Amino acid sequence: MQRVRKGGTSFKLWREQKWLFLMSVPFVLWIFVFNYLPVWGWTMAFQNFRPGRAFGDQEWVGLSHFAELFADERFYLVLRNTLGMSLLGLFVGYTVPIAFALLLNEMRGRVFKRSIQTIAYLPHFVSWVIVAGLVTKMLSVDGIVNELLMLLHLTDEPIQFMAREHWFWGVVTMSDMWKETGWNSIIFLAAIVGIDPELHEAATMDGAGRFRRMWHITLPGIRPTIMVMLILSIGWLTSIGFEKQYLLGNPIVSDYSEVLDLYVLNYGIKVGRYSYGTAIGIFNSVVSIVLLLISNGIFKRMTKESVI
Amino acid sequence: MPQTAVKSGGKASDRIFTALLYALMTTVGVVTLYPFINILAISLNDSADTVRGGIYLWPRSFTLDNYRTIFQYSNLLTAFGNSVLRTVLGTFAGLFSASLIAYSLSRKDFVARRFVSLALAFTLYFSGGLVPVYMLIRDLHLLNSFWVYILPGLVSAWNVFILRSYIDGLPFVLQESAKLDGANDLQIFAKVILPLCKPVLATIALFLAVGQWNAWFDTFLYNGGRTSLTTLQYELMKILQNTSASGGNAAAVHGGQELANRVSPESIRMSITIVATVPILVVYPFLQNYFVKGLTLGAVKS
Repeated sequence: MQRVRKGGTSFKLWREQKWLFLMSVPFVLWIFVFNYLPVWGWTMAFQNFRPGRAFGDQEWVGLSHFAELFADERFYLVLRNTLGMSLLGLFVGYTVPIAFALLLNEMRGRVFKRSIQTIAYLPHFVSWVIVAGLVTKMLSVDGIVNELLMLLHLTDEPIQFMAREHWFWGVVTMSDMWKETGWNSIIFLAAIVGIDPELHEAATMDGAGRFRRMWHITLPGIRPTIMVMLILSIGWLTSIGFEKQYLLGNPIVSDYSEVLDLYVLNYGIKVGRYSYGTAIGIFNSVVSIVLLLISNGIFKRMTKESVI
Repeated sequence: MPQTAVKSGGKASDRIFTALLYALMTTVGVVTLYPFINILAISLNDSADTVRGGIYLWPRSFTLDNYRTIFQYSNLLTAFGNSVLRTVLGTFAGLFSASLIAYSLSRKDFVARRFVSLALAFTLYFSGGLVPVYMLIRDLHLLNSFWVYILPGLVSAWNVFILRSYIDGLPFVLQESAKLDGANDLQIFAKVILPLCKPVLATIALFLAVGQWNAWFDTFLYNGGRTSLTTLQYELMKILQNTSASGGNAAAVHGGQELANRVSPESIRMSITIVATVPILVVYPFLQNYFVKGLTLGAVKS
């Protein structure tokens, strides 16, 4: 009896929500294939994977690829580059857009303010291929930057920016800043709009100037937004990708430009060492999940809320 | 500018602050725009003349030869075609999937809501990694195929969440009255919800289109050996990487030779860059209002 009734309800439910299931479940299967199935590929890291062989015929080697990875000096260099450029990017990618949003908010001329916004968001939509081309052009020996430096007598001969390995992190960070500052400020600008204007009026009555109001009212007012964005991006620290590094780098600076994903590309896919490449990928994923959990934990303790 | 300073209180320190602020913002504007204007000027300048240097804001010896030359390079037309095709198809496919999922997630009574939502959210933080994804694409026979541009990224959790929070903000009464009129969920979605979502759909379309237009790595990784499947950004990447990738230093590698005979590599690079940038510059100003709203909405919600 009961079984029949149960079947009845689920049939009824199916009839009622048939379309909702059809709208979403096929896509869940889709992401299962393209986003979850690759995790099965992690098994490759524990094998001497050979393409074309059946799963049962692969040679299992335990953790030897990881052992090899941790014994490789190059790996630590790459890890240093990844974390170094991530942290620089995190710092500049936070402070500069916040400052930009605060300053933009202080502008009174509407047309000018809107024009600056339009211009500042623009580079976000341009590909890294193009940005790398622009940066290379501007920083070249006969580029505008060198011309200005020489005009101001800051340097006697053109500087080869792209060939100085110690400057590579700086070049990447500045390019990122050029491309994304405007875009990243949008979210902070939106938060600023939500601040109670009475606070500003009260502070003005108390004789606070614009700069002090900005510092004591606007900035604390967007703190929750700042915190959430910070936690989110800490989770993405090791997954900075490699586009910028690949496009801006060259053999001369490779000791400072190679990051984890590039290492996977160069020592995993290109030479067919799939197992080794997978091991690096797993390391990368595990580190970013740990970072995300840690930062979320800190955030929870501070605000009693969770971002994830 | 002086009036603004007077309006905002008239204190001397405030006036200095305002002056500095406007000076800084003008600098930001110039630094952002200059590279684009400069390469546009170079792309329109005679190649032999460009070598002499000194081109800044406008061409000195105007010509369209550079553009004529790059379009004789047949790869570029194929690349342009593929880029347009993937942008159009990818945008429609992405809008289709995101709007269907988003509607089902916006329905509080949908029994699989939490499951679908979690399955999507997880993909934001987690990926299988370069090699496993590559092997999957290979096993699915998507290597050397146009579909690799469309299929793997069909569902984007981020877009779904932006759209869902927009739908959540629509009055539910509309759906209820449609239901009373006997409409099923699909009809409600297509006739009631979708027309109301135009602004946010425009935002997502912009994100999808820009993502597709700007992509080069999938071509590089999966279709690098097939010239018939090449894309504009990939061709540009190859040319930029090959011709003096490191800003005129010793690492300059040979390449782009077939073009270099008539027009200098510099001019070629600049004209292709313009060809790859212009479509974005054309659409972007019209959609600015939409994407600011869309982005804020999605971020506030998540």
